[in-house]
Amino acid sequence: MPDVLYSIKGGCKSMNDEIERRNEPRPPMPSPKQTVGPHTRERRLHSGNKIVPTETIAGQALISVIAIMAFLACLTLGIVTIINQTASDWQGDISREVTIQIRPFDNIEMDAAIRTASRIALNYEGVSKVTALNDDASAKLLEPWLGTGLNIEELPLPRLLTVVIDRDKKPDFVSMRAELLAKVPGASLDDHRNWVDRLNTMAWAMVMIGISILALVMAATVLIVVFATRGAMAGNRDVVEVLHFVGADAGFISNEFQQHFLQLGLKGAASGAAAAAILFVGMGLWSSIGDATPQGDQIKALFGTFSLGWTGYVGIFVVLILIAILTAFTTRITVQRYVNSLYSYNSTGE
Amino acid sequence: MIKFENVGLRYGLGPEVLSDLTFQIKPKSMQFLTGPSGAGKTSLLRLMLMSLRPTRGLVKIFGKDATSITPAQLPDIRRRIGVVFQDFRLLDHLTTYENVALPLRVRGKSESSYQTDVTDLLKWVGLGERMHVLPPVLSGGEKQRVAIARALIDQPDILLADEPTGNVDPPLARRLMRLFLELHRSGTAVILATHDLGLMDQFDARRLVLNQGRLQIYE
Repeated sequence: MPDVLYSIKGGCKSMNDEIERRNEPRPPMPSPKQTVGPHTRERRLHSGNKIVPTETIAGQALISVIAIMAFLACLTLGIVTIINQTASDWQGDISREVTIQIRPFDNIEMDAAIRTASRIALNYEGVSKVTALNDDASAKLLEPWLGTGLNIEELPLPRLLTVVIDRDKKPDFVSMRAELLAKVPGASLDDHRNWVDRLNTMAWAMVMIGISILALVMAATVLIVVFATRGAMAGNRDVVEVLHFVGADAGFISNEFQQHFLQLGLKGAASGAAAAAILFVGMGLWSSIGDATPQGDQIKALFGTFSLGWTGYVGIFVVLILIAILTAFTTRITVQRYVNSLYSYNSTGE
Repeated sequence: MIKFENVGLRYGLGPEVLSDLTFQIKPKSMQFLTGPSGAGKTSLLRLMLMSLRPTRGLVKIFGKDATSITPAQLPDIRRRIGVVFQDFRLLDHLTTYENVALPLRVRGKSESSYQTDVTDLLKWVGLGERMHVLPPVLSGGEKQRVAIARALIDQPDILLADEPTGNVDPPLARRLMRLFLELHRSGTAVILATHDLGLMDQFDARRLVLNQGRLQIYE
């Protein structure tokens, strides 16, 4: 019992008793020491309930909205990551090989020219292997156009040498090309620059489109989370007002709401991010099951392995945290604005 | 403690709902604020609670010009003023005990330091058996007593009560009035807004009568 009530002259045990016995001499009010005991703790008393109501329809709706937006954001992020990885893989595969082509001339000794070209290429640092396509391989290569049973020696076909490049160190293609032109008549070096450049452009465009879509999805997520949070907050205005009138300062009120909405944001974002992660894991498993089939190989060649890699999953985690922080931050700003309007002594004629 | 000098209030561009209010609320005083419905009792209480700013005049709260009080100072002033709202304003998701403990909780006090105070105060207002109940299942009178207990729990210097007996039957109204009188005797300045003349006649206290926005004081 607060001291103020104990100091009431002629205090009483309870207000009801006071009314019933108001004509009788009043016994002194019990002091705190007298009342503290097992009987005051018959049932567990605690202020454990959160000041901000937890189980509200608006709160559940907010979790759902955040979960959906987090799922879409993580899905977009994952797809952009896969495109980026696949494009990098394509580029890597193409740029690891160059081709030397030797056109046949009347006076050329083709085998000697092939040996010379191989020797020149192998002399360069960064070249790990040179393979000349033999007649059978060349015939197989031309089979779709010229049919089977082809005697390749009768045709004036250029011969190809594939030069395998080290992943870490690239040879000096300019010097190699100049030396081949000088020493091997009819030789030319194709370093696939045109293909790589086109692929670079295409991959860059796809990644940029993906990043733009991701930016749009993130912007939509931000706006939807902001509006949904503000909507959920609107239902708690009464709570803010009561806290304000019982003497809570702005920091206390903001912290209470921020903590609550951070939890909601984490719940929603974690649900959406987990769903996206499970989807990617599932797609990865599905694509790996089809590895042994021709269709699986084609899909793998086009889309890679559908495997996000650890960077993709880190990205999903970062999106999750960002959305939760965004929810909490929006709440703090919204509450602070409302509390400041309550605290500013300028509300004449509300 | 509270001083009004030539205070006027109008809402928007409408007529003045309160005009030329000049009065003082002294420490440890007891007064009724009365007048017909719509006379401006609630507006005047809101002016005293600093949730409204007057259109003109000077309002001093605890010796400070209200216009000079910063938002950072406002919570400390609010903590010295207990308020009983006409519509109770209890938090429906908190139990009776938690509602009464709320002012202490927002001040950062530990539960162990106030548990006994809250339970004893609830017993004293006759709600010892209703501590774990949520407000939606309380009767009007019980809600009123919870609201009163919440206003009293931190021993305010001033208690502002807006129609605290408006939702209860006459016997309970008299009980609540006795509670306020006890509080007044303990040293709190009490301002009770009511239009129940019958109830006021039963108790001897200063009367602030609002009529058509003007204030008459009967000592």
